[in-house]
Amino acid sequence: MRAAVVVFPGSNRDGDVSRALRQVGAEVVTVWHAQDALPAGTDLAVLPGGFSYGDYLRCGAIAARAPAMDAVRAHAARGGLVLGICNGFQILCESGLLPGVLMRNAQLRFICRRQHLRVERADTAFTRAYAKGQAIDVCIAHGEGNYFADPQTIARLEGDGRVAFRYADASGELTPEANSNGSINAIAGIYSEKLNVLGMMPHPENLIDPLIGGVDGRGLFESLARAA
Amino acid sequence: MKARVTVTLKSGVLDPQGKAIEGALKSLGVEGVNSVRQGKVFDIELDAADEAAARAALEKACEKLLANTVIENYKIDLV
Repeated sequence: MRAAVVVFPGSNRDGDVSRALRQVGAEVVTVWHAQDALPAGTDLAVLPGGFSYGDYLRCGAIAARAPAMDAVRAHAARGGLVLGICNGFQILCESGLLPGVLMRNAQLRFICRRQHLRVERADTAFTRAYAKGQAIDVCIAHGEGNYFADPQTIARLEGDGRVAFRYADASGELTPEANSNGSINAIAGIYSEKLNVLGMMPHPENLIDPLIGGVDGRGLFESLARAA
Repeated sequence: MKARVTVTLKSGVLDPQGKAIEGALKSLGVEGVNSVRQGKVFDIELDAADEAAARAALEKACEKLLANTVIENYKIDLV
């Protein structure tokens, strides 16, 4: 698998996601935001977490208009895989590649903690190494992760099976405590219409090594390695 | 030409920051505050042939960047 990790001014999780990708055998290339093309043969484009442009204006708003995003858009239109984590999810929403928006957390607090997610489907390029309904133990670290979209968009996402992950407890139950940022329907991640673009607030790349406390995030990268 | 663009949250969109400000005003003893919604103001200086051209440019600015129309409305005032 050839992965292109797009780095914006203020990205800070590019190193971690690159490590996670290399762990499953991917060849990782870093792409600077001002570049207007992805390397030839790119299977997966990754938008890492961080605080691109200092979260000025709105999280991800300025990064979404960078030249590299035109290349990511073209890659997605060709059916190429795109993964946006945390700030990357915000950028995907701002760029129009995914619907909706990530608003300020309902309790106005930056939340940084371990968090279980329920895997909503295990038949996509991102989740084949998991089981449907499985609760995976990963991390969240964000101040603006409160997913919002109009009721028609939510109905379409739910109807088309485009919710990737939901905030859940350790047994996979959806509880108000688990959905600490206030997202509609506890949505933690969503797919594009063709299921080739995934945006998610939690950080699977944090949990890929027993030394750091768990390996539940590894499945996502293993799935991608199998798909590409 | 000078313009002021005001971006506000659409009604019905939860505004936790506005709520927090509202709570703070109440705790400061400011009387009669019923609700607070917060937003952004952009003061923009631009070169444009006429008012229509300025409005067209500012519309583009709002649609493309200044507002996220999923959750926000914008208002353009030429001053």
